Amino acid sequence: MPDPKHSGALLQDVVFRWIARAFAFLVLAILLAIIVSLIYGSLPAMQRFGFGFLVDSEWNPVTEKFGALVPIVGTLVTSTIALVIGVPVSFGIALFLTELSPPWLKRPLGTAIELLAAIPSIIYGMWGLFVLAPLFADHVQPWLIHTIGAAPIIGALFKLPPQGIGVFTAGFVLAIMVIPFIASVVRDVFEVVPPVLKESAYGIGCTTWEVVRNIVLPYTRVGVIGAIMLGLGRALGETMAVTFLIGNAHQLSASILAPGNSIASALANEFTEAVGDVYTSALIQLGLILFVITFVVLALAKLLLLQLAKGEGRRT
Amino acid sequence: MNLDIAASRREGAAPGKHAAAMKIAVRHLDFFYGNFQALKDINLDVAQRRVTAFIGPSGCGKSTLLRTFNRMYSLYPAQRATGEIVFNGRNVLDSGVDLNLLRARVGMVFQKPTPFPMSIYDNIAFGVRLYEKLSQREMDERVEWALIKAAMWDESKDKLKQSGMALSGGQQQRLCIARAVSVKPEVLLLDEPTSALDPISTAKIEELISELKNDYTIAIVTHNMQQAARVSDYTAYMYLGELIEFGATDEIFLRPNRKETEDYITGRFG
Amino acid sequence: MGSLYSRRVFVNRFNLAMSLLTMAFGLAFLFWILTTLFLAGFHAFSTDLFTQMTPPPGSKGGLLNAIVGSLLMAAAGTLIGTPVGIFAGIYLAEYGSRGWLAPCTRFINDILLSAPSIVIGLFIYEVFVFKVGHFSAWAGSLALALIVIPVVIRTTENMLRLVPDSLREAAVALGTPQWKVIVMVTLRSVRAGIITGVLLAVARISGETAPLLFTALNNQFWSVDLNAPMANLPVVIFQFAMSPYADWQTLAWAGSLLITIAVLALNVIARTLFRQAAPK
Repeated sequence: MPDPKHSGALLQDVVFRWIARAFAFLVLAILLAIIVSLIYGSLPAMQRFGFGFLVDSEWNPVTEKFGALVPIVGTLVTSTIALVIGVPVSFGIALFLTELSPPWLKRPLGTAIELLAAIPSIIYGMWGLFVLAPLFADHVQPWLIHTIGAAPIIGALFKLPPQGIGVFTAGFVLAIMVIPFIASVVRDVFEVVPPVLKESAYGIGCTTWEVVRNIVLPYTRVGVIGAIMLGLGRALGETMAVTFLIGNAHQLSASILAPGNSIASALANEFTEAVGDVYTSALIQLGLILFVITFVVLALAKLLLLQLAKGEGRRT
Repeated sequence: MNLDIAASRREGAAPGKHAAAMKIAVRHLDFFYGNFQALKDINLDVAQRRVTAFIGPSGCGKSTLLRTFNRMYSLYPAQRATGEIVFNGRNVLDSGVDLNLLRARVGMVFQKPTPFPMSIYDNIAFGVRLYEKLSQREMDERVEWALIKAAMWDESKDKLKQSGMALSGGQQQRLCIARAVSVKPEVLLLDEPTSALDPISTAKIEELISELKNDYTIAIVTHNMQQAARVSDYTAYMYLGELIEFGATDEIFLRPNRKETEDYITGRFG
Repeated sequence: MGSLYSRRVFVNRFNLAMSLLTMAFGLAFLFWILTTLFLAGFHAFSTDLFTQMTPPPGSKGGLLNAIVGSLLMAAAGTLIGTPVGIFAGIYLAEYGSRGWLAPCTRFINDILLSAPSIVIGLFIYEVFVFKVGHFSAWAGSLALALIVIPVVIRTTENMLRLVPDSLREAAVALGTPQWKVIVMVTLRSVRAGIITGVLLAVARISGETAPLLFTALNNQFWSVDLNAPMANLPVVIFQFAMSPYADWQTLAWAGSLLITIAVLALNVIARTLFRQAAPK
C-alpha cells in the first residue's frame, strides 16, 4: 500500500505550510512598508519644519511654508461631529434591531442599514454637495444660527453666514456614513448578552428600557466603546465625502459652519498637483499623521473588542 | 495467551476463550489534555478480526483511548500521550511515525456523519486516490466494492454523482464507513457511530459491523450497552480514565468480576 | 408607588419611541440617497453612456473608457488580492494555533481593514508610481489589491473556523496529508462563504476613489494599457461632479448611479449566496 507518491506528500505539506506562512507574513510586511515609506517620504518636511509642523496653521505652497494644524483640527472636528450625531443614532438603531423589531423585520432592516455602509463614499459626497448642502444653507444653518448661535459660549460655534458646505455639513454626512458601521457592531455585541440575564431582569418587572440601560449596556460596555472607536477610525480616514463638502480652505475658524480642511481631503485635492519636494513631502507627512492617528484609534478599538471576547469566554 | 481468565483480565490482555491473534497492544498508556490526565495506565490487547467495544459513562476516556490508536489527538497542540501502543510491531506513539500512513491503515468513523463536500463517488475515490493509482475502471470497481461492503450500493448506485451531503443521516454514516473501508485499512475505529442515528439505521450499521469483522479488526466506542452486547466479542469497561475491566463480552455482561462494572451494566450507575 | 411606576413606563415609552425614530432616520437617508441617484442619474442613461468616451466640457459623450477601466482594474486588483488573502486566511485558521505570527497578523489585518484608503494610495504612489516615474493602471490595481487582501483574509479565516473539527478529522483519518485536507475538504466546504467575501471585496473596491487618485489617475481617452494612466468611474465622477459644467455633472450622476447599482447588486448577490450555502 505505501507508494512512491507518499514520500512527496510530506514535502508538499511543508511547502504548502510555508507558502501560507509567507502570505501571512506579507500582511505584516505591508504594514511595515506603509509606515517606513511614509516616514521616508516625509523626512524633507520633518527636517525643514520639525515639530512646528503640528502646530503651525499656515499652509502656503507659494512660500513653501507648511503647517498641519488646519487639516488636523478639521479632521478631528469633523470626526467629533460625526460621533456626536452618529453614536446616539447608532445606539437607537441597534436597540431597535435587537429589542423592538418584529422578528420578520430584523433581517431586512439590518440589511438595509448594512447597505447604507456599502454605498461608496463618493456617492455620499456628490449627494451631500448637490442635495444636502443647499438645503443646509437655506434652512438648517440659518435655524442653527438663530437658536444655538444666540446662546452664550457655544454660540460661537454657530456664527457666520450660512454657506452650505463647511465643517458642519461634512461632519453631518460623515455621521450618516459611520452610523451603519457602529450600529451593526453594537447590534452584534448586544446579541451576545445571554437571554437568561435579560429574562431575569424582565422577571423582576424591569421595562425594556431598564433592561437595556441596566443589564445590556453594562454587560456590553467594552464592546460598545470598541464599536464607537471603529466608527471613529472610519470617520478620521474618510476622504471623498469630506473632500466634496468641507470647502477646502486652509483657515481656522471658531465657527463649525465655516469651510475648513481635513488631512484626507488636503491629500485628495493637492497631492497630484503638488510641485517641489517640500510640498510633496509635507503632504506625505500629513498622510503619516493620519495613519498614526487612525492606527492608534483602531488598535484601541480592536483591543477593547478582544477584551470583550475574552470576558465572554470566561463567563460562559 | 492461554492464561487463566481472571489473571488475563487483570493484565488487560484478550482472554483465551476466543483466542485470537492480537492486533494492537496497549501498554502503560497515559494521556493528557494539558495538565489534565484523561487516561491512567491503560493496558489491553485488541484482537485481530474481532470487535472490541469500549463502554463507560461520559468522560471516562473511551473516545480518548480510541483517538490514540490513529494519533488523531496529534492535531491538537495541548494533547499528548505516553506509554506504548504497538501496532504491526511498532510503537505508534513514537515521534518518527508517519501519521498519514498510520491513518491509512487505521481507519476511523465518527459520531456524526462527516461526508466531504463532494459527490458520493468522489467521497470514496478521494481516499483511494491518496495512496493508489487506479485506472478509471478499477476505481469504479473499488467504489462499487466499498459501497457494497457498507450496504449502500443499492441505494446509491443511481446517484453516484450527487452530493454526499444530500443523503439522509443513516446513509451518510454508511457512506463514511464505505469511505473508511475503501482504502482497505487493517483496523477500523468506530467512535459512537450510531449515536446520531435513528433505530433502523442503527440496526443496519450493527449488521454491517458483524459483516466487516470477517476482514477487519474493529474497535468501537459506544454509550449503548445493548449495542456493545450485540456486536462485540470483547468489552472494556472504563471509568474516570481507568480500565476497570476487560474481557470476553458475554463474560463481562453475564459475570462481571468487579462491582463497578456490574453496577454500570445493570443500570444502577451511569 | 403609582407615580413612580407611571414615570418608569413613560421613560420606557419615550426611549423606545426615540429608538424607532433613529431607525427611521437611518432608513430615510438610504431612501433619500437612492431616490436622488435614480432621479438625477436615470435621465442621463442612454446608449451614448456605454458607447462614447468621456467628453471635453460642452460636447456629448459617455463613460465607456471609465467603465472599462474600472472593470479592468477591479478585476486585476481582485485577481492579485484574492490568492494572497486566501493563503493568509488559511494560515490564520489552520496553522495559527501556536506562535506569534498568527495573532500578530490577525491584529494588523483588522487594522488594515479599516485603514484610510487614501493612505494606501499614498503608499503605492511612494513605492511604485514614484519609482516607475508615471501613473499607471497597474499601480491602481495594486492599491485596490491592498484593499481586497484584508477583506478576503478576514472572511477566509472566519469561514474556515466554522468548519467543524470532525470534518478535518474525518479527512485526516484517511491518511490525507494536511494540505490536501485543507484544499480539497475544508476550503471546499466553505467555498460559498469565501466567494461571498470576495464579492464583498469587489463591491468595496468598485466604489473606491481615494486610492486611485494618485495611482491610476485618469485618462480622457480609450486605453486598456495597464502600464498607462487609465480612466475609471470614481475618479471621473469626482472630476466631473466638482466641475462647473452641467453636462459633466449629469454624466457624474449617471456614473454614480451605475456604481451604486453595481455595488448594491454585488452586496445583495453575496448575501443571498451566503445564506443559501452557509456551512452546515
